[in-house]
Amino acid sequence: MAEALLETAGLTKRFGGLVATGDVSLSIAPGEIHAVIGPNGAGKTTLIGQLSGELTPDSGAIRFAGAEISRLGPARRAALGIARSFQITSIFREFTALDNVALAIQARAGHSFRFWRAARRDARLRDPAFAALGVVGLAGRAELVAGSLSHGERRALELAMALATAPRLLLLDEPTAGMGPEESASMVRLLAGLKGRFSIVLVEHDMDAVFALADRITVMVYGRVIASGTPAVIRADPEVRRAYLGEEGG
Amino acid sequence: MSGRYVAICVALAALALVPAVATVADAPFYTGLFARIMVFAIAAVSLDLILGYGGLVSFGHAALAALVIGFVSLRTSGVYFIMITLAFGQMVYFVAIGLNEYGGDDGLNIARHSDFGAALNLDRPVVFYYFAYGLLLLFLFLGNRIVQSRFGMLLQGVKSNERRMIALGFPTFRYKLTAFVMAGAVCGIAGALFANLTLFVSPSIMHWTRSGEIMMMVILGGLGSLVGPVFGAAAYLILESVLSRLTEHWQAVLGPILILVVLFSKTGLYGIFALPRRRSG
Ligand SMILES: Nc1ncnc2c1ncn2[C@@H]1O[C@H](COP(=O)(O)OP(=O)(O)OP(=O)(O)O)[C@@H](O)[C@H]1O
Ligand SMILES: [Mg+2]
Repeated sequence: MAEALLETAGLTKRFGGLVATGDVSLSIAPGEIHAVIGPNGAGKTTLIGQLSGELTPDSGAIRFAGAEISRLGPARRAALGIARSFQITSIFREFTALDNVALAIQARAGHSFRFWRAARRDARLRDPAFAALGVVGLAGRAELVAGSLSHGERRALELAMALATAPRLLLLDEPTAGMGPEESASMVRLLAGLKGRFSIVLVEHDMDAVFALADRITVMVYGRVIASGTPAVIRADPEVRRAYLGEEGG
Repeated sequence: MSGRYVAICVALAALALVPAVATVADAPFYTGLFARIMVFAIAAVSLDLILGYGGLVSFGHAALAALVIGFVSLRTSGVYFIMITLAFGQMVYFVAIGLNEYGGDDGLNIARHSDFGAALNLDRPVVFYYFAYGLLLLFLFLGNRIVQSRFGMLLQGVKSNERRMIALGFPTFRYKLTAFVMAGAVCGIAGALFANLTLFVSPSIMHWTRSGEIMMMVILGGLGSLVGPVFGAAAYLILESVLSRLTEHWQAVLGPILILVVLFSKTGLYGIFALPRRRSG
């Protein structure tokens, strides 16, 4: 197995007396899709937050591409190649879809102490932004204000923004949240098409999506990892079936 | 080029005629009034950069120690941001009062107007007027470039969703600080002009109510439009000048007028006069 792109050791985060993630150790290989599943409140979003840098772990370590990053802020980590999408869509609602992605391109294009040239007429931002919209199927919506897009389109837009930062690791917090079956299926197709190009940590409730996409699955319950392995192993794990898959109806 | 753009250019160009009209009408008072409008418009445009585009609220804006204030207040956020800039504004105010040798609370008398050689004698109201007018046009032009630049897009992104900006990899703090310092510097120039205009700097220039006034001009004129605050400053000072001659309680009349305008149009006078928003490519 190739050396891990991301490794966590003993990640622990408490909110008051509540252990949101307890001693979570993961290893994610380059190109791997690693699903994290678990019931509501299991600590999945809290885990993503610690990986992206919005939350500081109380203890534990995070190594990314060989460097310890657990003390770096979120902007630094994004610059290193860790991109995320949020469980609740987070976009620039007043901007057009194209502006949204152009800002993501701008983020990776060096510093923004540039005061003179008009950014909206800068092909170095607009062209790659337009291409990223095309990847998620939003090329026809480029000039629409992001706030006026449908829920599914906004989720896709957020994914396009994450892709536009040219990440090495994608952290996706429930990309199909709130989507109907059709939108959901097209998101799964989209992610399947990205497979192998980045490492992906995929938090997802939709079990069909998880088993269709994941190379490995980690199951969390009450902040703890109760199982981790290939989809076949997880499907067969009696504790997982009892604690989680059974609850969800299989 | 949209009709709105032309209308704005015509309105700005018309300001060049003020001294001539005032002379013909034998009412030099108006040159003085409009000079004040120019000075406050410069301050309002600079405030609009951080308030209207960056979404950063700053009562202490009128204080000239923008860098220190900016650095400390940006470390905090939300209500604290307002409170701390306010506190800093007050601090600068009290320090200024405390400095007795500079006249203390009675203000600092400047012996004469700034004099940039024989060519630019700001003693003469007409010269002063055109000097301030020229600076205003310059800052409007620069501001317009900036808000459309990458830096400007970043500022607007911070206003819209700072969390997302950080997650994209923008270290927003240093950019906000930069915006704050730039706006503070321009506002400082407005302050210097104001001192020239009145020949008299009193600590009350630095008092936060003064930056509250500038903020009202920005909101009245239209947040996030740069040119709107120019008309906001004009409307505010003209109203003040008219109302204060009619009644001692002019502020009680001005307040409701401001509220009405803001209720009527989220983007102030700019929104009202720019008429229906039609995007013309
Ligand atoms: N900022 C916070 N302050 C206090 N408690 C929090 C905070 N964030 C999360 N929690 C708690 O930590 C636990 C884990 O929350 P988290 O959002 O990580 O769960 P999740 O697995 O993402 O759940 P879901 O599937 O509903 O998204 C929950 O009990 C939650 O209430
Ligand atoms: Mg969650």
